[in-house]
Amino acid sequence: MTASSSLTAGTAVEIAALIASGEVSAVEVTQAHLDRIASDDGALHAFLRVDTDGALASAKAVDDQRAAGESLGPLAGVPLALKDVVVTRGLETTSGSKILAGWIPPYDATITARIKAAGIVILGKTNMDEFAMGSSTENSGFGPSHNPWDLDRIPGGSSGGSSAAVAGGLAPLGIGTDTGGSIRQPAAVTGLVGHKPTYGGVSRYGLIAFSSSLDQAGPFGRTVLDTALLHETIAGHDLSDSTSIPAPVPPVVAAARAGASGDLTGLRVGVVRELGGHGFADGYEPGVLTSVGEAVEVMAGLGAEIVEVSCPHFGYALAAYYLIAPSEASSNLARFDAVRYGLRVGDDGVRGLDEVMALTRQAGFGPEVKRRIMIGTYALSSGYYEAYYGQAQKVRTLISRDFAAAFGAADVLVSPSTPTVAFPLGARTDNPLAMYAADLCTLPASLAGTPAISVPSGLSDGLPVGLQIMAPALADDRCYRVAAAVESALDARRGHPLLQEIPIR
Amino acid sequence: MTALSRDDVAHLAHLARLAVTDEELDLFAGQLDVILSSVAHVADVAADDIPPTTHAVPLTNITRPDALGPCLHPDEVLAAAPAAQGGRFRVPRILNEPA
Repeated sequence: MTASSSLTAGTAVEIAALIASGEVSAVEVTQAHLDRIASDDGALHAFLRVDTDGALASAKAVDDQRAAGESLGPLAGVPLALKDVVVTRGLETTSGSKILAGWIPPYDATITARIKAAGIVILGKTNMDEFAMGSSTENSGFGPSHNPWDLDRIPGGSSGGSSAAVAGGLAPLGIGTDTGGSIRQPAAVTGLVGHKPTYGGVSRYGLIAFSSSLDQAGPFGRTVLDTALLHETIAGHDLSDSTSIPAPVPPVVAAARAGASGDLTGLRVGVVRELGGHGFADGYEPGVLTSVGEAVEVMAGLGAEIVEVSCPHFGYALAAYYLIAPSEASSNLARFDAVRYGLRVGDDGVRGLDEVMALTRQAGFGPEVKRRIMIGTYALSSGYYEAYYGQAQKVRTLISRDFAAAFGAADVLVSPSTPTVAFPLGARTDNPLAMYAADLCTLPASLAGTPAISVPSGLSDGLPVGLQIMAPALADDRCYRVAAAVESALDARRGHPLLQEIPIR
Repeated sequence: MTALSRDDVAHLAHLARLAVTDEELDLFAGQLDVILSSVAHVADVAADDIPPTTHAVPLTNITRPDALGPCLHPDEVLAAAPAAQGGRFRVPRILNEPA
């Protein structure tokens, strides 16, 4: 193993320690990752653009701070892959859409600013399904990303560029956004840890909005502790987002460290029957259920008490989600009007704004975005609003009540993160409903706004499986504590982290 | 739910300002009908007396201090616009009379 490849295989904690001790410089670390991107991203297509100059300048700033004796944050100098839905001042941002090709944002998102302030080095912007609508990156306006475990398979979505980058050795940390599962599902199918924070736990200021009542940014990492450290960096109250929660950030790093000791004595773990349990296993691969079942047995071995819980309204989550998300998207995407930013088509001096707008949106949006805008337009139209959008918002309440009842019987709830392992590229592109089913397990926590993490449980047919751990609102630390216990027990049993089994290309 | 016709989809596309092609109308009419049929069962849930939910932690009356802060620079904003003229966004005609 060369020095450069050991730098790109390490965890964020390991890399930060090497930089803090002076064994390597932040510039060397960044250059090693840029080299890796140059050699491997042709096959993975994780990045839409790489900011070589910006990354090296950020790394040098960290080295200069260290040389000046300034204290560095816990992730200073560590490279990161940033999903292209997050705006970056001076660096092109497209949200995976041709309608925004070439757009240079005039401001930083709050999380961009926090990442920069922590000395974390942004390597570039990662691929995604257009406007985060999808589960595979195949809806990107710029071509799909590929799963590092098997290049013919999807890396999950919509944050699939970030998952491919972190699993594929191009960056130790990644940022995703999760509206219906877009962090947890890609984490699951690439063997990573990915967390969707409590809605309002991380600022949405500067995220290009898809579904405002659901969108939430969160971290990807190769370990639970790395993921927790990035969570603490980006989370916390922000006056620029009126839905941001004015409360302290849950102690996720302390929880990850405590959980690694592996003691779950007294913890009540609720297995959700409606998510792959007895009588509800249709659409779930047996290998996924087996792997998740083994992880639950591991929890029992660590002292947890396992109970089965029932959440009867979870069966309506998919339907409610595919009304609420398109409705909010149809409203949010009305901002792409060919006036203030992005593409303009057909402005010949004769056509009026309405016509230019329609031609621009036709040329700039891909098929899934058009489908969702039209579904949302339908669901919000007069005469249908109450039956569709209004009813879906009430179903959210019933799902939240199911969670509340289940959290009376259990401290955390568990399920598979997604019903199948990574499917082949192209397998579901002609069938929108089959694509939507990838979010089956992640949607309830999205609709309730509650936190949930995906942590690797093992392999099925040589491909990663994710265990989802759900907790009550603002109890994100519980997700991390339990995930760290599962991770350390499984790593000990296996003798190495799961990611080491990724095939070498 | 009633089946969505090609004309219905054309109307939705107009409302959504999407100049879809004839080919897309055929494709989307079938797909949207399948999707809407599959989500229509939210109506089966008895929820008349259930309040709607939008946030995990209910928040009300969000305010921030009424203080001056930095704002976007006009040059940077206009540089990103599809067309600008005289320090403003240039817009195609907005009224329905010929120019």
